[in-house]
Amino acid sequence: MDTSYYKVSEKKLDGKCPTGPIENRWKQHKASIRLVSPANKRRLDVIVVGTGLAGSSAAASLAELGYNVKAFCYQDSPRRAHSIAAQGGINAAKNYMNDGDSVYRLFYDTVKGGDYRARESNVYRLAEVSANIIDQCVAQGVPFAREYGGYLDNRSFGGVQVSRTFYAKGQTGQQLLLGAYQALQRQVARGQVKMYASHEMLDLVVVDGKARGIIARNLITGEIERHGAHAVVLCTGGYGNVFFLSTNAKNCNVTAAWRAHRRGAFFGNPCFTQIHPTCIPVSGDHQSKLTLMSESLRNDGRIWVPKKKDDPRKPTDIPEDERDYYLERRYPAFGNLVPRDVASRAAKERCDAGYGVGPSKMAVYLDFADAIKRMGRQAVEAKYGNLFEIYQLITDENPYETPMRIYPAVHYTMGGLWVDYNLMSTIPGLYVCGEANFSDHGANRLGASALMQGLADGYFVLPYTIGDYLADDIRTPKIDVRHEAFDEAEKSVQERIERLLSVRGKTPVDVLHRKLGLTMWDFCGMSRNEKGLQKALGIIDELEAEFWKDVAVPGTSKEWNKELEKAGRVADFFELARLMCIDALHREESCGGHFREEYQTEDGEALRRDDVYSYVAAWEYTGQGKPPVLHKEELQFEYCKPTMRSYK
Amino acid sequence: MKVFLKVWRQKNSEDSGRFVDYTVEDISPDMSFLEMLDVLNNRLIREGQEPIAFDHDCREGICGTCGLVINGRPHGPVHRATTCQVHMRHFRDGETIVVEPWRANAFPVIKDLVVDRSAFDRIIQAGGYVSVNTGQAPDGNAIPIQKEEASKAFDAATCIGCGACVAACKNASAMLFVSAKVAHLAHLPQGRIEAKERVINMLSQMEEEGFGGCTNTGACEAECPKGISLENIALLNREFLKACLTS
Repeated sequence: MDTSYYKVSEKKLDGKCPTGPIENRWKQHKASIRLVSPANKRRLDVIVVGTGLAGSSAAASLAELGYNVKAFCYQDSPRRAHSIAAQGGINAAKNYMNDGDSVYRLFYDTVKGGDYRARESNVYRLAEVSANIIDQCVAQGVPFAREYGGYLDNRSFGGVQVSRTFYAKGQTGQQLLLGAYQALQRQVARGQVKMYASHEMLDLVVVDGKARGIIARNLITGEIERHGAHAVVLCTGGYGNVFFLSTNAKNCNVTAAWRAHRRGAFFGNPCFTQIHPTCIPVSGDHQSKLTLMSESLRNDGRIWVPKKKDDPRKPTDIPEDERDYYLERRYPAFGNLVPRDVASRAAKERCDAGYGVGPSKMAVYLDFADAIKRMGRQAVEAKYGNLFEIYQLITDENPYETPMRIYPAVHYTMGGLWVDYNLMSTIPGLYVCGEANFSDHGANRLGASALMQGLADGYFVLPYTIGDYLADDIRTPKIDVRHEAFDEAEKSVQERIERLLSVRGKTPVDVLHRKLGLTMWDFCGMSRNEKGLQKALGIIDELEAEFWKDVAVPGTSKEWNKELEKAGRVADFFELARLMCIDALHREESCGGHFREEYQTEDGEALRRDDVYSYVAAWEYTGQGKPPVLHKEELQFEYCKPTMRSYK
Repeated sequence: MKVFLKVWRQKNSEDSGRFVDYTVEDISPDMSFLEMLDVLNNRLIREGQEPIAFDHDCREGICGTCGLVINGRPHGPVHRATTCQVHMRHFRDGETIVVEPWRANAFPVIKDLVVDRSAFDRIIQAGGYVSVNTGQAPDGNAIPIQKEEASKAFDAATCIGCGACVAACKNASAMLFVSAKVAHLAHLPQGRIEAKERVINMLSQMEEEGFGGCTNTGACEAECPKGISLENIALLNREFLKACLTS
């Protein structure tokens, strides 16, 4: 590609993974890294930003260990972080079902599902600690689904051939988050965590090359605050809202991660975004967000479109032999349970070819008629009742009687801040957990693995690895927030807020955000090509210029001001969008969620190019408007030999 | 569609507040109520006026952030739905709609329709958890739990902490919220260990926060978007009595 968009670093980026047999790596690493004594932990402060699964679990666990924790979230309560909306379940290699599951199999499925773009060492560790997560959650009182004998129930999920998904109806994320939230509240009551709800991190403070604090805005009073700590942990989620329409909560944003990126943290694989196959289709221009229908529905629902183009009949009137169950047809081995990227592209392919259904023609059917015949309505209701209710509330259609209409939507971002095996970014003392890091999911995340990774990072990885860094800080006194680095960061935050308020233009933030989102969806969404991405870069520049010239931000900075919050976030989305397009342009292959139209097999499957692109692309910020620098972390596959991913 | 709105506007917690009238035209019945407010707010912004402050986040009925009293009902006219799940198809063309914040002493208004619900967090801090540190847990299947009990625990645990129960209650009691957490943990063996302290401490925190007492009118259950049952309050009362008699 045209390399004027970026520069390439000659230095190899090191993920600092342990070596040796993969099953011993984490054990040996834990045994060899340094510890901090209880007496010294009392003297050390840690800031945790974000209180979703990763943030709440990390903050609670660090506080239990004795560190002084300050936890921040933009929501009015830590319980409202968007992990709460995860529906389907959480994977764990317990093999309770006796179906041949093991740590190795979960590891293998995750590396393969991620299309061989994840680190083997990290993924193995994730599979290894997965079982502990279930134990911990059960002990906290998480009410997982159970069988009549009183033991934990499991179900199967996309992309795998065993049942290893633990669930609590369609509200697994809610129940897991409440478990972590309650653990966090317990530490707040003990005084070991100081909670700052309704606070948004607006900058990272780096003192002498180390992350030593943050600048945050109190969203109720508008006050700008300085907070110092010996280490900072970002658990601030993904950046799917760059697309405006996504299944993310409305306030989810990239600002904390992006500000850290501007301060020196590399951004890994930003173009790896996940489009979830089963969401409720867009109903009109007023749409403000999209709602997911859990992937678990694909266990019993069958996906189809009419065999005839523009078939005007009601779905229930179309006879069996005039329906195209295209996933079952194309992928007989996995059928409706193919991984998300595959299912999403197949739906797009059918709709683009003119077989889409519903008023917009950008939808396919997810049909439960067979399941109801097979299991009875009651059993279907017990399994999916709440999801059916959500669907009916939104669409006014009864999925027990007529098939659901679904279409893919932006759901999750595999990309994020680059971290090493210890979850530390390229800024010493800045750790990144959960969806916010570039993660263990490679180019595509399997269903029910986000909850697993968030909690693995927060409960069982970070609490160990952060000690290795803080061991050097036991003599460092409390971080003085009067340091000039805090002055500088606070000043830049203030100036930016004043700049946003001083535009006094005519266009609401949402309008510009929607335009940006549409551009990203069209050119950097489910499929991408060189021309489109270059075009997108041009449009992003124009929109960003329009934003700074004409955005309307009413009110002042010294009050509750949602428009000001949104404006700051969208300003960062413009910068991120540019990096996503550059990353997508540079990666001349198709893998996982990144489908470059120029690189596909004859039958339209993704064509990976392992000889050139078997690396993590970690981008370094070099200044506003300057080309970013690409650092490569080469990926080694000693156990899961990359093969063409086949679900046929 | 066209609707006439009477919206509570209040600059901040000191301001006394008032209703302001707005007319919103060209509304699609498929819009959610909050999307209708988005349309109005974007118009206000274009006209150089202050948009209406309301809180929201997931817009799919699970985070518990949104909460408006619509025509006198917390979360509006749809049974078992949060404000963000209410669509304009549930209103008549030309209808006048009154929009207010949750009203309770323990939920002071921050601005317009946004209230401070941090009291709920403090009630959970008083005991709404199981005291288990990370790493202490035995195997997940070590203690079997009757499916029925696990289901009851789950049903109580689905509370989203939105505060509609408080807004619906004539006493602004938080009893349904407190009982949901007490019941969730009371149904599970893991929660029994601290059951006595939990119910006593959470109830006393509820009182300290300024919520009223429960007189069993059931308004909370009727308006709860998650269908949290009044039976949880009965269970809480039993737990409380047991705790008082035996501790």
